[in-house]
Amino acid sequence: MISLSDIPARPAAWITLPMVVLATVLLATPWLLPAIGLYQYLGIEIAIWIIFALGFNLLFGYTGLHSFGHGAYLGIGAYAFGLFQQNVAVSLWGGLLAAMLAAGVAGALVGAFLSHRRGIYYALLTIGFGQIFWFLAMKLHRVTGGEDGLLGIPRPPLTLGPWQVALTDNRALFYFAAALLMLVLVLGWRLANSPFGRVLQAIRQNEIRARFVGYEVWRFKWTVFTLSAMLAGLAGSLLAMAQQSAYPDVMSLHQSGLVVMMVLVGGGLVSFWGPVLGVIFYFVARDVLGGLTETWLLWYGLIFMAMVMLRPEGLAGMLQSLGRRSPRHPQNATPATEAA
Amino acid sequence: MALFEARNIHKRFGARVVLENISLSFEEGQVSGIMGPNGAGKSTCFHVLTGQHRPDRGEVVFDGQRISGLSPQRIARMGVSRSFQLMNLFDDTVVIENVMLALPAFRARQLHAMAAVFSDRVLIDEALAVLDQVGLAGRAWDAAASLSYGDRRALEIAVALAAEPRILFLDEPTSGLGMEATRRLAQLVNRLRDRYTIVMIEHDMRFLFELADRISVIHWGQVIAEGTPAQLGDNKWVRRSALAEATHA
Repeated sequence: MISLSDIPARPAAWITLPMVVLATVLLATPWLLPAIGLYQYLGIEIAIWIIFALGFNLLFGYTGLHSFGHGAYLGIGAYAFGLFQQNVAVSLWGGLLAAMLAAGVAGALVGAFLSHRRGIYYALLTIGFGQIFWFLAMKLHRVTGGEDGLLGIPRPPLTLGPWQVALTDNRALFYFAAALLMLVLVLGWRLANSPFGRVLQAIRQNEIRARFVGYEVWRFKWTVFTLSAMLAGLAGSLLAMAQQSAYPDVMSLHQSGLVVMMVLVGGGLVSFWGPVLGVIFYFVARDVLGGLTETWLLWYGLIFMAMVMLRPEGLAGMLQSLGRRSPRHPQNATPATEAA
Repeated sequence: MALFEARNIHKRFGARVVLENISLSFEEGQVSGIMGPNGAGKSTCFHVLTGQHRPDRGEVVFDGQRISGLSPQRIARMGVSRSFQLMNLFDDTVVIENVMLALPAFRARQLHAMAAVFSDRVLIDEALAVLDQVGLAGRAWDAAASLSYGDRRALEIAVALAAEPRILFLDEPTSGLGMEATRRLAQLVNRLRDRYTIVMIEHDMRFLFELADRISVIHWGQVIAEGTPAQLGDNKWVRRSALAEATHA
């Protein structure tokens, strides 16, 4: 059986082989995309959604908390970034920070209501709060621009000390998003195998036992909700830059369901890499299937249903079981000594 | 004064009175047993003592401190550890992680978000030492779900022990075990008795009479008899159920 809680072969490693592979692919992406007939902007979208999905899966896969309203925090991040540029200062770092902070505060507030709940009540409350934020974005016309959205958000240049790089070009913005994605990936991997991360997984496996060995379960639930909202906010700020605008539709129930679907198809329930695979699969399916037929979402939905019924462990699970069939599988009998 | 005391505990669920004025006390260093027929309120009593249920009346006192009304996690951190009758393990992971998570050293690191658990020698060695006490050190890196029923029971106890408890509650430790596994469990409890204060609920009378220093008999939500196994041997109810068990076997 493969599980999200399997112990990595080299638990102390910061960088693993799949990370190197992904980083290489990301470096080559601006050349790869045109080569297979796709466009630069797609890379940005994929990077943004991977950040969003990785943060989401800390909550969904790792802690077993089912949020169906996570698009709200993506949207809050996007609006916060835009409003910061328009009302405070045109600043990349300031905008990113404001977006993470705004989404984090919203997440912390909602998390405080959610974290004593379980199961269906938890899920329903996440939908409820998600709808509240979406409704606010629609109705607070003076702040958010309502249905028209918040337009004319600039892409501030990246400044690192004396260095300054313009992000107006899609390729530059892609590399910036990809760099953030790698950072989130490395830190997320680290977190998943840290004491904090393992307690999250313990809560998923058996919340009662986690309490009886002494953990304040609700505080962990609250922290991980807030953290995943902040990552959604980060993704949202990149989205605002990519679109140079922010719209309420990313906060809708429909969009919140999308990230759940991506994570499930990718195998977020069994693997850290699930969200990465799921996002890539979704966008490639959208563009490839979408090029063939207008009803691509129907086909994607059917693929989703087939996956859930036949392969609930998702793409990552399928890859892992392929790897396991090969005789050379490194079944780590004593991962601890291996690491030492 | 006793290490752990329950005073005049009342507990009802709706109209059903489950515990009626129960008082129990457990001395430091002893093995205490709670027995009684099915439905007598043993398990509810256990849940009240370890914080899963809050008593309607009465109080639970541990080491001079009132613990009734506190959350299970608070009570656990004070040094009250329990195993579960229906096994309650972390089943997606390996044996050793079940134990590691319960270590006070792990709890001390619970907010470390960038440290690697499985290269932390301190945690691993402490967990292996606990597993060694219950004879599972050799299975440390196996999937928890792959253990036999008897070994899972031992792991339950290991998780409870990992917390370095000052008092250890075992909820029907022999339930579902065969003769051989029960015998091994008795040996384990015998090895632990010098180092821990232990309270067991148990319906296997032979097991309890062999191991316990003192036994309380609960029936109809009340304590109907208390004493050493020798004293209780003469009790009418105890004799009757011993007879029933003998004719059953």
